[in-house]
Amino acid sequence: MTATLERPSAPVVSKKRTITPARAALHAFLILTCLMTLAPLLWAVYASLRTYEDTSVNGYFSVAKSLTLANFAKAWEIGDLPHFYLNTFLITVPALVLTLLLSSMVAFGVSRFSFKLNLVLLMIFTAGNLLPQQVIVTPLWRLYRLIEVPEWISASGSLIDSQLGVILIHIAFQSGFCTFVLSNYMKTIPYELTEAARVDGASVFRQYWQLTLPLCRPVLAALATLEFTWIYNDFLWALVLIQDGDKMPVTSALQNLKGTFFTDNNLIAAGSLLVALPTLVVFFVLQRQFVGGLTLGSTKG
Amino acid sequence: MTALQEKPKAVAPSGPPPRRRGKRATALAGTDKLVLAIMLGIPTIVHLLFVWIPTLGSIALSFSRWNGIGGFEDIEWIGVENYVEIFTEYPRFWPAVQHNLIWLAFLLVVPTCAGLLLAVLLDRELRFSRIYQSALYMPMVLSLALIGFIWQLIYTPDGGLLNSVLGLDKPVDWIGDSDINLYAVLVAAAWRHTGYIMLLYLAGLKGVDPSLKEAAALDGASATQTFFRVTFPVMKPVNIVVAVVTVIEALRAFDIVYVINKGRNGLELLSVLVTDNIIGEASRIGRGSAVAVILLTISLGVIIPYLYQTFSKENRT
Amino acid sequence: MVRYTPGSSPLPHFGRRAMLRIMLAGAGVAATGGLAACGGGSSSGGDSKVVTFGNNLSDQVPKDAITAALKGFDAQSGGYSVTINTKQHEQYQEQINNYLQGKPDDVLAWFAGYRMRFFADQGLTGDLSDLWGKIGGNYSDALKQASTGSDKKQYFVPFIQYPWGMFYRKSVWQERGYTVPKTLDELVAVSTKMKADGLIPIAFAQKQGWPGMGTFDQLNFRINGYQFHVDLLAGKENWQDKKVKDVFDTWKRLLPFHQENALGREWQEAAQALQQKKAGMYLLGSFVGQQFPDADKDDLDFFPFPEINPEHGTDTVEAPIDGYMMAKKPANKDGALKLLEYLASPEPQLAYLKADPNSIATNTKADTSGYSALQKKSAEVIKSAKHITQFLDRDTDPGFASEAATNGLIAFIKNPDDIDSVLKGMADQAKNIFK
Repeated sequence: MTATLERPSAPVVSKKRTITPARAALHAFLILTCLMTLAPLLWAVYASLRTYEDTSVNGYFSVAKSLTLANFAKAWEIGDLPHFYLNTFLITVPALVLTLLLSSMVAFGVSRFSFKLNLVLLMIFTAGNLLPQQVIVTPLWRLYRLIEVPEWISASGSLIDSQLGVILIHIAFQSGFCTFVLSNYMKTIPYELTEAARVDGASVFRQYWQLTLPLCRPVLAALATLEFTWIYNDFLWALVLIQDGDKMPVTSALQNLKGTFFTDNNLIAAGSLLVALPTLVVFFVLQRQFVGGLTLGSTKG
Repeated sequence: MTALQEKPKAVAPSGPPPRRRGKRATALAGTDKLVLAIMLGIPTIVHLLFVWIPTLGSIALSFSRWNGIGGFEDIEWIGVENYVEIFTEYPRFWPAVQHNLIWLAFLLVVPTCAGLLLAVLLDRELRFSRIYQSALYMPMVLSLALIGFIWQLIYTPDGGLLNSVLGLDKPVDWIGDSDINLYAVLVAAAWRHTGYIMLLYLAGLKGVDPSLKEAAALDGASATQTFFRVTFPVMKPVNIVVAVVTVIEALRAFDIVYVINKGRNGLELLSVLVTDNIIGEASRIGRGSAVAVILLTISLGVIIPYLYQTFSKENRT
Repeated sequence: MVRYTPGSSPLPHFGRRAMLRIMLAGAGVAATGGLAACGGGSSSGGDSKVVTFGNNLSDQVPKDAITAALKGFDAQSGGYSVTINTKQHEQYQEQINNYLQGKPDDVLAWFAGYRMRFFADQGLTGDLSDLWGKIGGNYSDALKQASTGSDKKQYFVPFIQYPWGMFYRKSVWQERGYTVPKTLDELVAVSTKMKADGLIPIAFAQKQGWPGMGTFDQLNFRINGYQFHVDLLAGKENWQDKKVKDVFDTWKRLLPFHQENALGREWQEAAQALQQKKAGMYLLGSFVGQQFPDADKDDLDFFPFPEINPEHGTDTVEAPIDGYMMAKKPANKDGALKLLEYLASPEPQLAYLKADPNSIATNTKADTSGYSALQKKSAEVIKSAKHITQFLDRDTDPGFASEAATNGLIAFIKNPDDIDSVLKGMADQAKNIFK
């Protein structure tokens, strides 16, 4: 499983390669496929750069009269995007950090120690991650209403309508996947390492925090990238758990742009792209981690 | 012998059952035991409290009639009536089941084949390979809700990209025509799913021992034969993961149809029925929970064999 | 190879403390937290002068309008100030149930009629009868009726109102010589003419599920009259009645004149077809004007849906009322009542209409001299109506509207030849809901 991460990022290019017709055909096919894959996004970019006056008269399938970034500025302002980005990050970052922290603790426990419920625990976490989210919505909402929290955390006095509530359900749900992946990874760490530390008198917590976690950095990085995308893209939890429009994360706030009273598809396209921007940036910057994360759960065994 | 309960690197299949080793847990120092209990306990409590207890709650509520208003004392318990109603009367149920099955079949066939093909094509020394890969799995990072928005720009009957490109006399109503809108949406869903599958297979292919292929080639097998007789069977673990990921994705599908038309008119899915019944102006919590339990049962039908497959192997190694 | 440096930890250090806090909160053992919550907390304890306002007008034009309307309150309320909580229009309606039970704002947007009664009956909103003692003189009896719950108490304060009708562009009709149809046959005649002229006679969109309800309403009360319409929606009449079938048969006759592919189109797109002179008419509420640029607004006009059954003529107008309710237990009851009283006065209504001139004020004392021609006509049409309906989804059980009615109408539009089975489905579900 670790192999995927440590593998050189690009195959070594051999110099003696010659272009054969088969290769050319392969490239042509791949280029075409890539273009088709990117087409919807490019189309959205094209639409976002045009004005409402232009497209309402000429239709979308026409040569643009002029290209402008005005839609982006307008979406940014009308959608109050900075505010909603902040909301999203207030949810995403704590949820991400705590998910990784909690699941690494469980993974450490189940992979480095043997106890009665070892496997059961791991199975519960893994299965929990695979449940359809809708299954738990109603009881969760009721449960949240019963749990009292101080008002400085949530103005409602309960977990309803609070960012904490959304963070908690992300942690609970996502820790399943992370525990599974991390425990697989930790099993590959030679146990002599922790044994040596133990002989030196290191506590369990030290073995976890100072020994195991640093070794897990590649997998933590991969999971962080992946979880960032997943939590960022969440649509359902905020829809169900948040009541205050001002607390909505940016993906749900996108609906505001698609208001019931004026539809401007160019504006929506610009807004959509702006909302997608953070995940696209993360994707481009941390591409290797992202790929690593996706393949982590799969290539073991 | 070690005082701590470090797991030996390799445990023979016939090794001591966990229970016996459990007794030796006393060998851990008191503080360490406590620390370990906290480290395992907190995440477990969070997970159980917010995921599994609500799941059990849904099962209980599926036997009730309740409009979601008032306290628990307002709940009327009606046995399996909700299930009877769903199976016999609820007009949207069977279409939703059918659509989920189509969704599943489509995702199992189209993105899997396309993803596998692309993975095979890219799993070689190839110039620009990384660029191709990036382009192909970029849709992965977009949320399904966003994909719903973007694809509507393509599908709208008046002035959408697709109708304009096709240039038909009579525009096709990709989203509104209930005979085709499911497939139109599936193309968008597959668009996103293919990159994921490709990536999984790429990782799988890289894990295949090259000497196996060489041996097959020496035996005179063609590339195709080698692939289907050697490579593909060796990738069994990846195939299982692909299957599980796809099934779960198909059962969870929700955002994209919800964004497009709230899951009506040919886009009904089980997840939409659950949502419609439990949130919304007039909730029918009992019926919604019963659909949720049906969804849960189907999911467990996939999850349990998967767990069995994954963890029984683990015990052996 | 192994790094022991503590600094190499990829996790920030606040993690542990935050986690502990969450665990406490999550397990519900935060006793201090519970106490703090009861005591009103420290951060928000001192601002009992704030009134919270749940707003469902999420789009730019109406959102700016309501913001403008509320501006006056802070000045004349004696120290109170409003905090607006805006939620996406359709999301607001979906969440209303949980919202009212969770942490509703003190004053919150809603719709008059059956839809208001549904929640008032369950005790989820506050009684406003005392307030109505003060503001009752501002409103007509019809509006009071629409604000009254099943227990004869008032639970609603009307704010603005808008009529449904056939909207068209005067310039197009003048140019082509169309005249306003008075009867169904004339409507068919003018539609036929438009078709020949290459226009879409009637713009149509049903992707959102509700706009087509307006067509059903018009046909039903024109054919069967107000009383039957109201009784049908209240579950007192049978959907398989011959009278209902007549409605759908008439609709079927008109469908060929409707814009095709309605199920894949949102009303905004249909409205733009009217605005771009591609369509001749559009049956919608007067909010259709929001899709018109200012320059084109004067060109927009409407006529009431033509007479079908002479017995009923055009005595009924569909004119939904938007307004406000109070939470059951508002955090700031005094402020909430003050705000509602303010909303019932002419100033905020006119301030709203200045920014969103597609509706009319509900307060009968509001000065209408600033109205546009369209608004004057709206006011006149509503005033002269013998009966006023709200809208299908406001005149019936929400569960029936969102499920049976929405999907029934979609099924009919999809396959207009299948009226009997559509009506059977709706009848079955009606029986189930209105037990």
